Amino acid sequence: MGVEAARRALAPLVGPGPQDLFFSTPDPAYLDKSNAAAIHDAVDLDPAAGSYDAIGSVRAAVGAWRAAEALAVGRRTMVVQSDLRTGPAGGPEERDSGDGAVALVFGDDSHEPVAATTIGRGTASTEFLDRWRTPGEDQSRTWEDRFGQEVYGPLVEAAFADALKAAGVLPEAIDHLVLAGLNPRAVAGARAVVGVRPEAVADDRLVSTGNLGAAHAGFVLADVLDRARPEAVIAVVVVADGADVTLLQVSPSIDGMRAARTEAGLRSVAELVESGRDDLPYTRFLTWRGRLQREPARRPDPERPGAPATWRSGPWKSGFVASRCEECGFRHLPPTRVCLKCHAVDRMRPERLADVEGRVATFTIDHLAHSMSPPVVGAVVDFEGGGRYRCEMTDVDPNTVAIGTPVEMVFRRLSTAQGVHNYFWKARPASGPVEPAVTSEGATP
Amino acid sequence: MTSNGIRDQVAIVGMGCTPFGERWDQGVDDLLTDAATEAIASAGVALDDIDAFWLGTMGSGVSGITLSKPLKIDYKPVSRVENFCATGSEAFRNACYAVASGAYDLAMAIGVEKLKDSGYSGLTGIRPVGDGTDAALSSPAAFSFLAPAYAHKFGLDPDEMKSVMSRIAWKNHQNGAVNPRAQYRKEVSLETIGRSPLVAGQLGVFDCSGVSDGSAAAILCRAEDAHRYTEHPLFVKALSFVAGPGGGAMDPDYDYTTFPEVVRSAEDAYRQAGIDDPRRALAMAEVHDCFTPTELVLMEDLGFSERGLGWKDVLAGAFDRDGDLPVNPDGGLKSFGHPIGASGLRMLFECWLQLRHEAPPERQIATVTADRSRGLTHNLGGAPGECVSFVSIVGTEPDA
Repeated sequence: MGVEAARRALAPLVGPGPQDLFFSTPDPAYLDKSNAAAIHDAVDLDPAAGSYDAIGSVRAAVGAWRAAEALAVGRRTMVVQSDLRTGPAGGPEERDSGDGAVALVFGDDSHEPVAATTIGRGTASTEFLDRWRTPGEDQSRTWEDRFGQEVYGPLVEAAFADALKAAGVLPEAIDHLVLAGLNPRAVAGARAVVGVRPEAVADDRLVSTGNLGAAHAGFVLADVLDRARPEAVIAVVVVADGADVTLLQVSPSIDGMRAARTEAGLRSVAELVESGRDDLPYTRFLTWRGRLQREPARRPDPERPGAPATWRSGPWKSGFVASRCEECGFRHLPPTRVCLKCHAVDRMRPERLADVEGRVATFTIDHLAHSMSPPVVGAVVDFEGGGRYRCEMTDVDPNTVAIGTPVEMVFRRLSTAQGVHNYFWKARPASGPVEPAVTSEGATP
Repeated sequence: MTSNGIRDQVAIVGMGCTPFGERWDQGVDDLLTDAATEAIASAGVALDDIDAFWLGTMGSGVSGITLSKPLKIDYKPVSRVENFCATGSEAFRNACYAVASGAYDLAMAIGVEKLKDSGYSGLTGIRPVGDGTDAALSSPAAFSFLAPAYAHKFGLDPDEMKSVMSRIAWKNHQNGAVNPRAQYRKEVSLETIGRSPLVAGQLGVFDCSGVSDGSAAAILCRAEDAHRYTEHPLFVKALSFVAGPGGGAMDPDYDYTTFPEVVRSAEDAYRQAGIDDPRRALAMAEVHDCFTPTELVLMEDLGFSERGLGWKDVLAGAFDRDGDLPVNPDGGLKSFGHPIGASGLRMLFECWLQLRHEAPPERQIATVTADRSRGLTHNLGGAPGECVSFVSIVGTEPDA
């Protein structure tokens, strides 16, 4: 999801890419190993760009945002906030949660206008017990929510006042209030405390997507930026182990930027939410969450990929970078040294195909192969501009695949073996019904 | 490319083949011992008379010791070879060249596979440590790509395609039903085949070959020595083996309705044997029917049917045991079973029986005549798009 969000953020960008990437999630794929590096490579950032994790809590995502923003002086940076929310099966937390990721790019207007400018910040911190989970546990515990409401109130008030003061604006001047936090009572209390006009409170979309945790504030901000008028003032308030307030002013050029995003084929947040699918079987969701042991494939367990082999195929594996023969133009997936057509040796130049569409040449539904989401739909994909690759499909109704179906490539987890997550690229229908960046029920592996 | 062939230089003078199937009672050593013992008895020689051995197995052992130890072969050359599902044919091919060269007088080619001990119902395979980017599709899935591609190209609707596939399975079950060595010795109705649970794409359980244990062996000598061992040798007319560049899996020009590797190896073999019209010149063919769409495509790749018309020949019964060119009269991989390393030699074993009129009367094919005394074996390894292909032609009469 983080890769998906980052790709959407970077797609319309003019000028240099981010020079630092911060990735934050309370539910990382790895501990004791960077998760940001996988995103860095998957979205093809400059090798000289940093990639850093901020792991463990919703508030870490705010910190990552602020760290990235602080480093965006005369250069660009990016934060990716991602979350998989889980609660006990059948409970309200499971029901009211969602998975999602959002990416924000920071920088100045030296290459193109910015979407919004930070005009003030406020923060309040204190140690108390609202929500917690020890490492290794698969669900969080919470103290009674009324307690959190009590503690958060003054923190929000103080942080909000500091932000207003720094920006030199009054509460009435705020056009959009973005509120996020995992304690619904505390969030409601914060709404009352800050004193903005009721009509300024932004739709949090909790009803459609559920609470996206670490990604929720950025998600609602992105939604607001899809419709805010030029020069509008936005307050982003995150109520999580303290209070963090960011005041932003929308760019005068926001309309042009939105047009550019539309032109790049990027859908608005509202459209993404609208296209969400709600037919994911609950048993499949539980399987992905590791809460349901399904009948395994009657095959040997998948092997973990080898570290040296994976490293050697880096740009291919992470970034879907193929090779094209400079002698005859034939495109090879995976990249090879000897040309299939003209047999020239080492005359290849790399070509990233992650953003190139393809069409299904033939396909199958494999009832035997291992998958988190059986049955595996396998397809032979022919890419625009040449090249063919056989891969798995995802986010697909097997009954709708046909020869000629247009597909796009997405970065997904193929399997996990011996603690190694095997991330690679799958194809999904190009105008497919599912946008996993904001599915309400769960991320597709 | 030069491929001179060794037409009529080598003869098969003895063969053995174990029953294939779920041989819980027999290990690799037992299967090898049975096949080797039957083969040498058939040639009327002793194990000590054999000068060199080629053992084909994909995963049931490594090195020549896999054969020399159970058979107690005293200090002789034993090579273990592997070439996917064409492993048995590869053992045969190498042994043929060994005697043709004059290096040895008598050689044994033997293949074995013990698949059922793995505890899995399909092929499991052994892969080197990789980068995890290969789509981990099962074998049925990789071959099932053929079905929609063929149907799409030649205008069959899915039901028609399925009925063609079912007809192939039905025919091979009919043949296996009367073969005491076959894994599945039961006729299965077209209806049952068509309704069987799906495994991959349009392939149901009955569209897949039998996962099997078994072994088969051949004794080879130079043609001029053949009559010292048997009155009815089989002469090797052609041997062709090609490995493709794996192009289909990366070349959009490949359309999954053919195996270019098979076309090349068939052309080569027909040229070596001097055959222009295989459909009429051959008395029989044993082909690699790992999955039913494979056999369909092979009918065209091997030149038995016009391109795009193989399905009509299948439905017309042209390749039935009483058809004009019997294909897989022993039941094929489908019904006889597919112990990888043994299959190529099992195909030759059926030629050995049929061409020499030694098949039991209830399943002896009528196409074998004095003018039509040659049979073909075709063995494939890999998957559509990247595979190896072997074609041999054997016959009872040396060409003038």
